[in-house]
Amino acid sequence: MNSLGAGSDAILHALRAKHSGLRPCDFETARIDTYVGAVPGVDDIRLRRDLSDYDCRNNRLAQMGLEQDGFAEEIAGARDRYGAGRIGFFLGTSTSGVHATELAYRRRDPKTGTLPADYHYAETQNAYSLGEFVRRYLGLGGVGFVVSSACSSSAKVFGTAARMIAAGVCDAAVVGGADSLCLTTLYGFHSLGLTSRGPCRPFDADRDGISIGEGAGFALIARADRAGPGAILLLGVGESSDAYHMSTPHPEGLGAKMAMQEALDSAGLKAADIDYINLHGTATKSNDASEDKAVFEIFGPQTPCSSTKGATGHLLGTAGITEAIISILAIEHGLMPGSAHTRSVDPALKSNYLLENRDAKVARVLTNSFGFGGSNCSLILGAAR
Amino acid sequence: MRLFVEGVGLLGPGLPGWQVGRGVLAGEERFSFAPTIVVASDLLPAAERRRTPISVKLALAVGQEAFQSSGRDAAQTATVFTSSSGEPDTLHQMCETLASAEREVSPTRFHNSVHNAAAGYWSIATRSMEASTSLCAFDASFGAGLIEAATQIASRRSPVALIAYDHPYPEPLHSARPLVASFGVALVLAHERGAKASAMFELTFPPGEEKSTRLADSALEELRLGSPAARALPVLEALARRKEADVVLEFPTGRRLRVKVSPC
Repeated sequence: MNSLGAGSDAILHALRAKHSGLRPCDFETARIDTYVGAVPGVDDIRLRRDLSDYDCRNNRLAQMGLEQDGFAEEIAGARDRYGAGRIGFFLGTSTSGVHATELAYRRRDPKTGTLPADYHYAETQNAYSLGEFVRRYLGLGGVGFVVSSACSSSAKVFGTAARMIAAGVCDAAVVGGADSLCLTTLYGFHSLGLTSRGPCRPFDADRDGISIGEGAGFALIARADRAGPGAILLLGVGESSDAYHMSTPHPEGLGAKMAMQEALDSAGLKAADIDYINLHGTATKSNDASEDKAVFEIFGPQTPCSSTKGATGHLLGTAGITEAIISILAIEHGLMPGSAHTRSVDPALKSNYLLENRDAKVARVLTNSFGFGGSNCSLILGAAR
Repeated sequence: MRLFVEGVGLLGPGLPGWQVGRGVLAGEERFSFAPTIVVASDLLPAAERRRTPISVKLALAVGQEAFQSSGRDAAQTATVFTSSSGEPDTLHQMCETLASAEREVSPTRFHNSVHNAAAGYWSIATRSMEASTSLCAFDASFGAGLIEAATQIASRRSPVALIAYDHPYPEPLHSARPLVASFGVALVLAHERGAKASAMFELTFPPGEEKSTRLADSALEELRLGSPAARALPVLEALARRKEADVVLEFPTGRRLRVKVSPC
């Protein structure tokens, strides 16, 4: 669920048509000259009655995501198979329900400064809010928590879930995440000079920053030996830290390179085994330059790659799961998505960047997610043989 | 899952470091509540030191203490950060600014607002390019971090530092989420029994309704309940007393984690 559409079919259709969900920003009271990928209709969503204390834009997006593609029904089936207590939940978010706190701060008591009585801290603002909301919505009883490592959050949950299952902590796990538009990220990225004036244009010579998006996405992970026909395999995970700067990637893409190489090594694959790379590709000058260096050093000029952020915007903590799902669609439907809004590739960038959609067999995809604090994560997904 | 404790860092009210804290938790000295003293870590260059908020200083201080006794190289060690609140002062300042007519937030404040700010500063300070994650499980954040660290150790067969920290919010958020004090704990954990191993943890998930392990000292028990990071206190008490002990940590899901602590 994101600005491209609701559900995998809608998102696949939009990618095929090279649509983009980016529109001029009219989010709440934000007055910033930028484009955003807003999900329509969030204001009209009501959370399930028993979970109404969790009401905030982020959990509304989460509920919208859980209602797509028969996911909640799928989990009900998994509960019967594994038992609710054996299903873990590992969810990623960057800002959780901070928008609820932003709104509450406008309604402080003018005399005492206290927050309004209807403000629910634990159920909205706390980073774990998303985890507990999803757990209750799906009726899960296993071990779970939230990963909040900025824009790598919902990629890293795949690594956590795989380790938990391998160690026998749980037999299956719900992974994914949600992040909503909020004033914190809009004004925050604007203060860093990182918001694009128009729709973001990844890898373009004239790229000028990110378009912030919002959405939610979820997947069920289980042991490979219990995978049914048509299942997608998590083949490799790589995680690293830049150890360079809080908000700027390593200029040589050193951390990114380490994450991609570790993902390949853990999968027992070579660079040539990857058919398509879904890039982090935020459309900032620095991210695209450093990611390109890292990708080119490992994959050379051959492997087709693209960023789908021109279509969805940068979903921040939800980028990892969103792009993992797009990678799965790429495998299932033989589609390498071309880059929406990118007009001409920056000649300084050397990777094989796709402007147009390409129909081809895609057996294995590597997808990158990098975040503030220099947090990097690469996943490799593949079709089951 | 088995793991070995190679280093401990501690900072809390009346617990100014593991050296003193160990004596208090072993019952050799009386615990008296005094405000947590968090000093800027000398791990960071002066310019960065000024920019780091207090929760980051807290996390860095306990991490540094744990590595000093472990003899491990922080640059070569993966990290698991876990916190319920992340960076509370920055959240408050950002929300105040965003509720005002001006709305001009500072770029430094914005990057300090991410839940993984401490992890970012730690990796810069220690030059560690190893994997690092930042978790939250509300009151169960310490237990969540311990499970994440244990499964990382099991899969990577290499050491992991667990750093749990929580700093109280200023008002008005403090009333919505009152924490009694600033508290941080760090454990350097390894997959095999090395020369520096002081204790072994065995993690299991017992069925049943067992309650979380409490502390006999009422002031320490108040601290345990008053800060998510201080949920680590029964584990630390077992380490300090150097006696075999079973510690139970509860999760919001009703699941329990049992940590069997055995001195090495």
